[in-house]
Amino acid sequence: MSQQPPTDFWSKDLVEGRDLRELTTLNLGPTHPATHGIFQNVLTMDGEIILDAQQTIGYIHRAFEKIAERRPFYQITTLTDRMNYCSAPINNMGWHMTVEKLLNIELPDRVQYMRVIVMELARIADHIICNTIIGQDVGATTPFLYVYQWRERIYEVYEEICGARLTTNMGRIGGWERNWSDTVWAKTKAIVKELPASLKEFDNMLLRNRIFMDRTIGCGPISGERALQYGFTGPNLRAAGVDYDVRVADPYSGYNEFDFIIPVGTNGDTYDRFTVRQEEMRQSLSIIRQALEKLEKMSDKTTFRADVPEWVLPPKEEVYSAMEPLIWHFKIVMGETEVPVGEVYHCVEGGNGELGFYLVSDGGRAPFRLHLRRPCYIYYQAFPEMIKGSMLSDAIITMSSMNVIAGELDA
Amino acid sequence: MSEQRGIERPRPTIVKAPEGHSGEGFFATRVDQAIGLARANSLWPLPFATSCCGIEFMSTMSSHYDLSRFGMERLSFSPRQSDLLMVMGTIAKKMAPVLRDVYMQMAEPKWVLSMGACACTGGIFDSYSVLQGIDRVIPVDVYIPGCPPRPEQVIDGILRIQELARNESLRRRYSKEYQDLLTKYAID
Amino acid sequence: MPGFAVKAERDQQVKDRVSAAFGERISGMEQERDLLCIQVRKEALHDLLRNLRDELGFHFLTTCCGMHFPGEAQEFGLVYHLHNMRAGHRIRVKCRTTANDLEFQTATDLWATANWMEREAWDFFGIKFKGHPNLKRILNMEDFPAFPMRKDYPLEDPTRQDKDDRFFGR
Repeated sequence: MSQQPPTDFWSKDLVEGRDLRELTTLNLGPTHPATHGIFQNVLTMDGEIILDAQQTIGYIHRAFEKIAERRPFYQITTLTDRMNYCSAPINNMGWHMTVEKLLNIELPDRVQYMRVIVMELARIADHIICNTIIGQDVGATTPFLYVYQWRERIYEVYEEICGARLTTNMGRIGGWERNWSDTVWAKTKAIVKELPASLKEFDNMLLRNRIFMDRTIGCGPISGERALQYGFTGPNLRAAGVDYDVRVADPYSGYNEFDFIIPVGTNGDTYDRFTVRQEEMRQSLSIIRQALEKLEKMSDKTTFRADVPEWVLPPKEEVYSAMEPLIWHFKIVMGETEVPVGEVYHCVEGGNGELGFYLVSDGGRAPFRLHLRRPCYIYYQAFPEMIKGSMLSDAIITMSSMNVIAGELDA
Repeated sequence: MSEQRGIERPRPTIVKAPEGHSGEGFFATRVDQAIGLARANSLWPLPFATSCCGIEFMSTMSSHYDLSRFGMERLSFSPRQSDLLMVMGTIAKKMAPVLRDVYMQMAEPKWVLSMGACACTGGIFDSYSVLQGIDRVIPVDVYIPGCPPRPEQVIDGILRIQELARNESLRRRYSKEYQDLLTKYAID
Repeated sequence: MPGFAVKAERDQQVKDRVSAAFGERISGMEQERDLLCIQVRKEALHDLLRNLRDELGFHFLTTCCGMHFPGEAQEFGLVYHLHNMRAGHRIRVKCRTTANDLEFQTATDLWATANWMEREAWDFFGIKFKGHPNLKRILNMEDFPAFPMRKDYPLEDPTRQDKDDRFFGR
């Protein structure tokens, strides 16, 4: 048996029959300052290098799919808010579109452009959180404190539209609950005008920063093929090099009329995920600008809902003063309208990827089955593969750059 | 500048001092009031953020609403080093033992703030997997309702915790009432 | 009609090739709104998925979920949504089974993403997957005694004593 010092420190069979590595088991979570949400990883580590990760999720399993089987369609919107709560309007709109698909409701253009504006604002809000938190995990706290202010500005727009800041329950099946006030337009235009300067500052701080680049390039990479195998969608997939975006592949809500670029990365590492999200924020601003222009050009400035009385709740003033709207209101809320039997699958481009709703209706007021295709749940499976061989601090940054939101993970 | 505009602005005070006797270079007050003053204005919170309320807490911490004005500058994620357990978000039954462990690891005196409807009573999730309120597993001091509560409501809740901390008797944690409370939760 | 653009040609192509390759093992093929839906018998499910993936270009598994139809002979089911990103074509595959034969062939050898999707189906419905590397509960606690998404399992927390049935419509 040779007793010479090992030449390759990381190789397993250093001395015949004996593994000289000392492996540690480290528990990361569920309560941990750097994990964004409660999920647990039990890491097997060789010093600082991670060899394996056992994942445990479900610490915030709230049984959305089961609850949805007992709620009428308009009450499920509040559940969808709480999935990816950083960009709640996108979930709301996605759900409304699924029900509209089932009920065969066509929306007027104005309503669709308004939806686009709100969804893109939500996307910006989500990416602000993700990118500033990547900065914080790397050690750069400044972007979080300065750029987070823009989330407050976006919250102000949400508040003006629907009254709530975070879990918005925005809009109705068939459109909006009321026409937007002038404040909404003014505030949105102010965001579109002023946010680019702040994003430029954010870029200057991190994008070509030597320390940031050294930390994040090559950290947690995944190739395009493996990403597709794991069901990745959204910015994580685009960072890996595949240009799939639901807004372009299966356009909804008028997205085919907008002109925007899909940013795509090369290595699928943390730096690529960061830069893809940065550019997506700019593209979202461009889309909002285009939508505002389109809405400006339209002569119709008052339509805010589809003209489908069987499904779209009439405005309250009409309910309290006229007969027909009162009857429609009663029928819709009490579930006396006939829901078609059938199943639909609809997906939207959420902040994290393809957010899908598989709705099976048996004619009743509540769905027979609602399955939520949650992007976070699907791509988080790849985490052990992405961090194998990297160090613990790299694993933390990889996790935060994947933008795992616990609400969407467990649902 | 405020003088130019003729606006009366009060001089900023840091904290309201408790009652006591003061003189040249000294201030005498009761021990428990001095300790209460110190505790209330330097609480070290443990943000146990699980879901959406955690994001509203982040908004409260950041510069717009700025929780550190109230002394909560130093957030600690280690229960051994914190005073205030802020439970923000839904606690599932799978998570309840973890929450209890974190609570038990904190040293006395400790306060618990339950933020949001899910932590107070289970919220909109009346389902088999969600704990219907964290007061089923740990004693709670202040409840903040809301889904999610606005940052102003969170600050209100924090101010009430500060009031509790300021006025708490030094013997409270040894009293029979408190020990009975802990026994009720099977915490020794 | 709101929805995905119906790719009639591609649907027809898939229909023709699948019925040619599988014949009797397909129990039905119909257009459900904007998606072609293939109902397949349990024995042929894995072969069909492999065929769709390799021959017909459906390289992406969008989602896989369990279903429970209480009262029907074929009580449990699985629904797969596949996506051919290059052609922009989606398809739905359904498969049913009876309650006493609740085991399907796993799809983890075809798509790595099926791992957690199948664990979710096991956790929620009790559907077993032959060949799955790690079929444990994922969202509920390890020792949870029932399969909660089945229709006979109650939704609400049973330990609450403060609910008055008069107000809850029971």
